[in-house]
Amino acid sequence: MPEATAMIEKPGDEEKGVIRPPLVLNKRTMGWISSYISSIVEDKTPTWWWVSMGVTAPMTLMCLALLAYLVATGVGVWGNNHPVGWAWDITNFVFWIGIGHAGTLISAILFLARQKWRTSINRAAEAMTLFAVVCAGIYPALHVGRVWMAWFLAPVPNSNGIWQNFRSPLLWDVFAVSTYFTVSVLFWYTGLIPDLATIRDRCTSKIKKAIYGIMALGWRGGNRQWRHYEKAYLILAGLSTPLVLSVHSVVSFDFATSVIPGWHTTIFPPYFVAGAIFGGFAMVLTLMIPACAIYKPLHDLVTVNHVDKMCKIILLTGSIVGYAYLMELFIAWYSGNPYERAAFWYRAFGPYWWAYAAMMFCNVIAPQMFWFKYFRTHLLWVWIIVQFPNMGMWFERFVIIATTLTRDFTPSAWGMFHPTWVDICTFAGTFGLFTTLFLIFIRFLPMICMFEVKAVLPEADPHHGEDR
Amino acid sequence: MNIAGNKEAPVFGIAAEFSCARDLYHAAGKIRDAGFQRWDVFSPFPIHGMDEAMGTKRSVLGKIVFLGGLTGFLTAVTMEFGPTSFLYPLIVAGKPTNLFTVPAFFPIMFELTILISAFTAVFGMLIMNGLPRLNHALFNWDRFKKVTEDKFFVAIESGDPKFSERSARDFLESLGGTNITTIHGD
Repeated sequence: MPEATAMIEKPGDEEKGVIRPPLVLNKRTMGWISSYISSIVEDKTPTWWWVSMGVTAPMTLMCLALLAYLVATGVGVWGNNHPVGWAWDITNFVFWIGIGHAGTLISAILFLARQKWRTSINRAAEAMTLFAVVCAGIYPALHVGRVWMAWFLAPVPNSNGIWQNFRSPLLWDVFAVSTYFTVSVLFWYTGLIPDLATIRDRCTSKIKKAIYGIMALGWRGGNRQWRHYEKAYLILAGLSTPLVLSVHSVVSFDFATSVIPGWHTTIFPPYFVAGAIFGGFAMVLTLMIPACAIYKPLHDLVTVNHVDKMCKIILLTGSIVGYAYLMELFIAWYSGNPYERAAFWYRAFGPYWWAYAAMMFCNVIAPQMFWFKYFRTHLLWVWIIVQFPNMGMWFERFVIIATTLTRDFTPSAWGMFHPTWVDICTFAGTFGLFTTLFLIFIRFLPMICMFEVKAVLPEADPHHGEDR
Repeated sequence: MNIAGNKEAPVFGIAAEFSCARDLYHAAGKIRDAGFQRWDVFSPFPIHGMDEAMGTKRSVLGKIVFLGGLTGFLTAVTMEFGPTSFLYPLIVAGKPTNLFTVPAFFPIMFELTILISAFTAVFGMLIMNGLPRLNHALFNWDRFKKVTEDKFFVAIESGDPKFSERSARDFLESLGGTNITTIHGD
C-alpha cells in the first residue's frame, strides 16, 4: 500500500505523474479536527446515545446479576459437565480475547510498519481491545468456581503450603492476559495524554477542566516533551508487537500442550493469532461503520480507503485461517493416528457438523467477497459481510473446544454439551458490557487520535510549501 | 507590551506565537544558532526533524527501558527458579527442575520482561518530562490554550544565561513571532 505510507507530495512524484491520495479528505484543517472531534465529547448527550444505553445497560446488569448468581450458587449453573469440562466459558474467553488483538495490531504493528492510515482508527480500536479483554477476563476468573480463591493464581507467599506450577500453560495464560491488559491500558493512556490536553484547553466548565486537566497530567506539547513521548510510544509499540503475538499463542498453548486429539498440534499458535486478527478487524469495522454513520464528518478521517484496507486484511487473515483448517484436516489424515482422524471426522460429520459448517462458511467462504472492490468500498455491504467473521470466529472456538471434548477416547465417555439459560444470558450480557463501555468511551473521550491525525496533514511537514 | 500571569511574580520567560509548523521549525534553528539553552518550542503534534532543528540529543529513554526489561526478566527468573528448584521443588509430569526446564519457564519470563519494560517506558517518559503536574506558568497565557489545537509557540526561559527581556523580545520579533508576551508565574 505505498500510496498511503507517505502522503507528503514530493516533487519527484509529480514528474512521474504519481499523485498520493490524501489521508484526510476535504482539506480539513487542524482547527477543524480539534473542534469536531472534541465537540463529540463536549456537546449535549445525543438521543441515540441514551437509546443505545437503554438497551445495553440492562444487558450489562443482567450479566453482572448472573455472575453474582453463579458465585452464590456454584459453577454448576453453567452447562459444563463431563465430558465437556471446558465449554462456553473458554469458548467465550478465547472469542473475546481474540477480538482484542486487532486493536493492538492497528496501534502497534501498523505503527512500526509506518502505515500512517492507522492514525484515524487506532484510538477506537485500542479502546475496543481493552473492553474485549474485560469481557474475556470474566470467564477465566469466574469459571474457577470459588472466585474468592482466584488469588491462588498469583505467586504470593502464603501459608497454604502450595506454590504455583510455572510450567502450566494455564498459569502462562494468567501472566499473558494480565500483562496484555496492563500494557494495552498504558499504551492507550499514553496516546490519550495530548488529546486530553486538547479537551482540557477547550473546556469551559470548571469541573470538566479540573477532571480533564488532571487526566492530561499537565501536558504542554513542548518539543522537549515530545521527544521523550515519541520514544516512549515507539518503545510501547515495539513491546506490544511481540506481546500481542505471544498472548494468543499462549492461549493456544492451553490446548496445544494437552494430549487431546484435535488440540495437540503445532499449527495452533500461528493459526490462533491469524484468527484473532481476522475476528478483531471484523469487530473494529462493526463498531466504526455505525460510529461514522452517526458522526458523518468522520468520513473525512475514516475514509472508504481505510475500510478498503481493513477488508483486505480480513481477506488475508481469513485465507490464512482457511489454510489452517485445511492443513489440520490434511495432517489428521497424513499422521495416520486413528484418534486424530476420528476427532476431525467427528468435527465435520459428527453431531456438531452444523457448527463446523457454520465456521467454514463464515470464516473461509464469506470473506472471499472482499476480493471484489465493490464489496470493500460499500459500507453497508462491508458491515453485513463482517458479521460473518464475528459469528464464525465464535463457532471456531466452539468447534475446537466443545466438539473435541464431546468425543472422548472411549465411546462410553461420550456426551453432548447443552448450554443452560445462564450460559446463554451471560454471553449475551457480555455484549451489553462491551457495547456499554464503548458508548461511555465515545461520550467522554476523543474517539479519534487528534494529534496523530494532525501530524499526517500536509501542512504538518516543516518543509511544506518549500522547493526542495 | 503583552503580559500574562501575576505581574508581581518572577518572570518565567518570553513567548511568541507562530502560525505554522514550517515557521516554527525555521525559528527553532535560529534560536539554536543564537546559543540559547533553556528554551522550547510547543506544537499540537510532534514535528518531524525538530530535534535536529533544536539541537537536542536523542532521548535516553531506550536505555532506561532496557534496564526495566532486565529487571522484569530477572524477577521472573528468581520467581520461577527460586521456589520451583530450591525452596519447594515441584515435580510435575516428571519434568526437570534444573536449567532444562527453561522452555516451560520462558513464557512467564517473556511476559514479565514486557510488563516491567512498558511500565518503565511510560513512567520514565513522564518523569523525564516533569509530569504529572497540575499547573505551569505557561498556562497563565490565554493564547497558549491553542497549542493543543493549531497554533505553535516558542518560549525562552528567564533561566537561560543569555536571557534578557528586551533582547529576547527583539530576537523573537525578528524571527517572525507574533503576540510576543512576557510570562510571569502565579
